[in-house]
Amino acid sequence: MNQKTVIIIFIVLSFAFVSNSINIYLKPFIENNSNLHTKESEGRLVWQRNNCQTCHQLYGLGGYLGPDLTNVISSPGKGVNYVIGLLRTGNATMPAYHLREEEEAQLIAFLISVDRTGKSSPLEFEPLPFGQIKQK
Amino acid sequence: MKNQVGKLFLLIALGMLILCLIFGLLAAFNYIFPGIWKNSLSFTKLRPLHVSSALFWILSGSIGTIYCTLGANNEKGASRRLSVLHLLFWITGIVGMFYAYLTNQFGGREYWEFNPIFAFPIAFAWLLFLIQFIRMVKPIAQWPVYIWMWLTGIIFFFFTFIENYLWLFPYFRSNFITDTTIQWKVNGAMVGSWNQLIYGIAFYIMERISGDTKPARSKKAFLMYFLGLFNLMFNWGHHIYTLPTDTYVRDLGYAVSMTEWILLANIIYNWRRSLKQIQKNYTFFSYRFLMAADIWIFISLIQALLMSVPILNLYTHGTHVTVAHAMGTTIGINSMILFAVFVFFLDNSCYTIVGIFRKWMNILYWLTQICLFVFWITLNVIGIKKGILQLHHPEISFYNMMTDMQLLFKIFTYTGSLLMISMISIAVMIGFKYLNCKINKLGKLNENFIIVSNNSKSFKST
Ligand code: HEC
Ligand code: HEM
Repeated sequence: MNQKTVIIIFIVLSFAFVSNSINIYLKPFIENNSNLHTKESEGRLVWQRNNCQTCHQLYGLGGYLGPDLTNVISSPGKGVNYVIGLLRTGNATMPAYHLREEEEAQLIAFLISVDRTGKSSPLEFEPLPFGQIKQK
Repeated sequence: MKNQVGKLFLLIALGMLILCLIFGLLAAFNYIFPGIWKNSLSFTKLRPLHVSSALFWILSGSIGTIYCTLGANNEKGASRRLSVLHLLFWITGIVGMFYAYLTNQFGGREYWEFNPIFAFPIAFAWLLFLIQFIRMVKPIAQWPVYIWMWLTGIIFFFFTFIENYLWLFPYFRSNFITDTTIQWKVNGAMVGSWNQLIYGIAFYIMERISGDTKPARSKKAFLMYFLGLFNLMFNWGHHIYTLPTDTYVRDLGYAVSMTEWILLANIIYNWRRSLKQIQKNYTFFSYRFLMAADIWIFISLIQALLMSVPILNLYTHGTHVTVAHAMGTTIGINSMILFAVFVFFLDNSCYTIVGIFRKWMNILYWLTQICLFVFWITLNVIGIKKGILQLHHPEISFYNMMTDMQLLFKIFTYTGSLLMISMISIAVMIGFKYLNCKINKLGKLNENFIIVSNNSKSFKST
């Protein structure tokens, strides 16, 4: 293939890629909806610093040794106190975490706000005509 | 000197592979002995150690290959100082990363969990690599497709690696959905970019084995390259079908993923010719590894196409089917192509694969393929079982589900240990030969490369 043609196609595709990226970056700005306030967004950092994602998923994304935690706060029989209890004691697989009170509050605030964004269980989806899915 | 640096990158790659395999097995023990080494070498350390070593095996191997193949192509182009600096920053990054993991300094995102401070040397090393690469390929008039693939891989890896750290800015991390969308945009495109490096290497070895320089310059090769690039850029939406992000992101991911049926059709269309090639080249060990990679491309592509249909993805998402896919592709495709090029370098420069070495390679080759297949099937069964239970028996607790699958986890871990033994043996055998292989002999390869290049009218140095 002619080198010039290759360069042109490469540039056109890259332009589309960059435009799509910018569109995604600007979304919170355009919709003005930072859904995590400082406390919650700090909580995300606590989540990362303690590496919860090696075992847990949010929206099915993460490691697989433990369960998905997207909706653990709103699950019947679970909730904030349950999570705090588990965090402090750990279980057979999960280590006990001795977080500072502030960090613990931030982590919980983060989990509460994630829970509010939607449902992650596959049961909450219904099929659309072309194999797509939609949250019920 | 450039080749000495290339050779060092190749040796680092083999070291990373050996560590990756050991950490992978240790991590897997957590599935059959919950909480093992919880207070020392915990799963929180082992999984990142395993996955990062895997990525650095693939990346270091690709860098080393590119240095060894292009390094001598243009003696003046590649700067000696730059390549040494590149190597030093790369080693600093790797050492920093391991130090961070072993001392519990986390903070990064999945696959890059180390303290973000150590991302600096890695990013800087990569930037130096980009500059060096451009210097090396600039004098080449008509680039064959593999040079385009390498350039694409290097540019997009750099872009996605930087993008991977946007969460450091509160603007990005304060919107969970956008932040997670970007995270998976990064992961998708990053995998696509190292695949460009690896598939470029496969193209290059095929050219060298067959001595035919036309395929890497054909229209079809470029069309397939653009299809790969298009997917790298836009198919990542298939990772986040359940995330409540914009509908267009998911629909675009789905639609673009489906264009890969063209790749599958192309493989099936070429089946007969591939079989003939296999018969002709089977005695070349490096070809045999390429053949294994081809079969894994076929298997993984079918799996990926099915997983990319949202309604089927609902069953596989968040399960070990994803792990099967990740390891199936990184071992079956990426590692096999890297083995192919490592063996190719040996075979063609300083050590012909004969005698007892050949016999052992043959045994280990087949052991690896068989173990990998059982390993892959087991992970898929675990994943599909979880998918079905989640959807049809949500009353079963996570604990019971995991206990119920103990036997499968045992099969996974035990075949994993065999896989580890066979792949480490291959790595050690190749590594020792490399250590004994004179550097100027590796350089000889480059002379051959130029001979082939000069035979082709379209690939002249100006
Ligand atoms: C080494 C792996 C591991 C790590 C790291 C880990 N967990 Fe867990 N966690 C588990 C496992 C396994 C379970 C499920 C235990 C069971 O049900 O048998 C669990 C359960 C939980 C649960 C209860 C889920 C439910 O639906 O009942 C919560 C909440 C939780 N973990 C929070 C966290 C947080 C927050 C972190 C990070 C600070 C974390 N975990 C880190 C392994 C881990
Ligand atoms: C060259 C060889 C290997 C490569 C390139 C490789 C690569 C990977 C990758 C990319 C992942 C991330 C998967 C994901 O997040 O979806 C992973 C996870 C994992 N791998 Fe490997 N792997 C290799 C060999 C092994 C071996 C031999 C074992 C031993 C049994 C193993 C055990 C694991 C485990 C336990 C996980 C974590 C799964 C989880 O999250 O629970 N790997 N590997």
